[in-house]
Amino acid sequence: MPILPLDRLAVLVPDGALLALPPDNSLTPAEFARALVRAGARNLRLLGVPVSGYATDLLIGAGCVASVQSSGVSLGEAGFAPRFSAALKAGTIAMTDATCPAIHTMLQAAEKGVPFMPLRGVLGSDILAHRADWKVIDNPFAAGGGDPIVLLPALSPDIAAFHAMMADTEGNVYVGRRHELATIAHAARRSLVTVERIYDGNLLEDERLAAGTISATYVEAVAVAERGAWPAALLDAYSADPAHYAEYARLAKTEDGFRTYLDRYVRRAAAEAAE
Amino acid sequence: MGAAVDTPSDIRPEERMAAALAALILDPAAPPARHIAVGAASPIPAAACWLVRKSGHPVRLSLLHKPSGNPFTAGTRELFDLTGQGRIDLFFLGGGQIDGQANINLIGTGDWPGRAARFPGSFGSAFMYLMANRTILFREEHSPRVMVPRVDHISAPGVSAPGVFRRGHAQALVTGRSVFRFDPARARFTLASAHPAESAASIRAATGFDYDAPDPVPATADPTPDQLALLRGPVCDEMLETYPEFCRRVFGRSATEAAA
Repeated sequence: MPILPLDRLAVLVPDGALLALPPDNSLTPAEFARALVRAGARNLRLLGVPVSGYATDLLIGAGCVASVQSSGVSLGEAGFAPRFSAALKAGTIAMTDATCPAIHTMLQAAEKGVPFMPLRGVLGSDILAHRADWKVIDNPFAAGGGDPIVLLPALSPDIAAFHAMMADTEGNVYVGRRHELATIAHAARRSLVTVERIYDGNLLEDERLAAGTISATYVEAVAVAERGAWPAALLDAYSADPAHYAEYARLAKTEDGFRTYLDRYVRRAAAEAAE
Repeated sequence: MGAAVDTPSDIRPEERMAAALAALILDPAAPPARHIAVGAASPIPAAACWLVRKSGHPVRLSLLHKPSGNPFTAGTRELFDLTGQGRIDLFFLGGGQIDGQANINLIGTGDWPGRAARFPGSFGSAFMYLMANRTILFREEHSPRVMVPRVDHISAPGVSAPGVFRRGHAQALVTGRSVFRFDPARARFTLASAHPAESAASIRAATGFDYDAPDPVPATADPTPDQLALLRGPVCDEMLETYPEFCRRVFGRSATEAAA
């Protein structure tokens, strides 16, 4: 299992990739997103699992994104996602709206290797009316019929990216109680993972850690990125940075402000690393 | 601790809304609320739930965005699975627009997908509204731009066609001005009470959709002194970590104070 420098990890994402990202409260790969901006990623098709936040807005603002599928894009208490809103208005990205359990279900179908899975609810929502890829059938198990139910196609992201607490040298990664990350990793063709640190030993040989570990089977490569979820929180390791979210939200309101943000927090890191 | 005065004139609007929500949660006519889930960015519903709990009612609270001791080990996926099974009794939803049939719009206004003004998105609403045993709609802003005759886009429908599997509906809509009850059989709201300083006419003027109203319109009850003491003390204690800004603004308390 290669443990790469962060910027080498970022160039493993080809232009046009369907890239699945967890939201800000669940191991978001924020530093990896900044590395993708530095690497000049293009035409990414982002999938929010099940919603999207800082990383998605940043990548959109930096011109890395062609489309977004998500159930919600926001900066939480810092408000709406400004670059997402601007790009949608300008028509520079395509948006596919979903609803959270539908995204989980499409990934669960991929995880199981079945072509589709049913989901209750959703009927009567305009989301369904705008999803040619979602179908409604009559529940074949209902006596007498008359029970419409939505079918969702399996969805396999090209790449899943997330920021875990630690990895071992085998490539097993520790996500703690955030088992929903396992579904993303299982469904994706490959996973690229940043971590706070390398664990000395094998995570799967420790009974307590193994319960929160995703097997290296699913992991293509790992990079160390300390405070790699910042400005989001990471499990019990560190809290979110609301002041930084507020600063991002303020700067990203305008194109010029967003450039200032990139110079201050995204490109600067690359310059420092090169020194 | 900060604000501790409990004369009615010192009641914060957020405290009144929390108490109104708590009364709806405990409504004996509604299905029992054994397990309540609260989504992101919902500090007033969260305060209402904690108020119910701290008042001695043994309800299970699952707060999706609780950073430490989060109730789920599979994130929101677990919430939706629980709800799919009918094990979430009550959920809260808001809307960028809400109409008189209790449809909610979290998508945006103008052409799809919100080309005039984009809202964040539908989150789990298209599922939760149908699959939770009941839903309380909550939105602080009560104005004609939010309370509209017909939403531009339906994130989640207030009522469903016959034959569509649906466990629950909106029980009520609580706003910064009033409380409405919803009758799914008639797909129509009835004004239940108006907050202080509001009147039948001011609610009518602020509401873009038609609804029924009693005459006279009752006033929304004040929180009791016991409820205010709970909100400002033990309820706030529980909320400081998840909603620090809300606790500072409403209760005048900071997270550092809690840690001290």
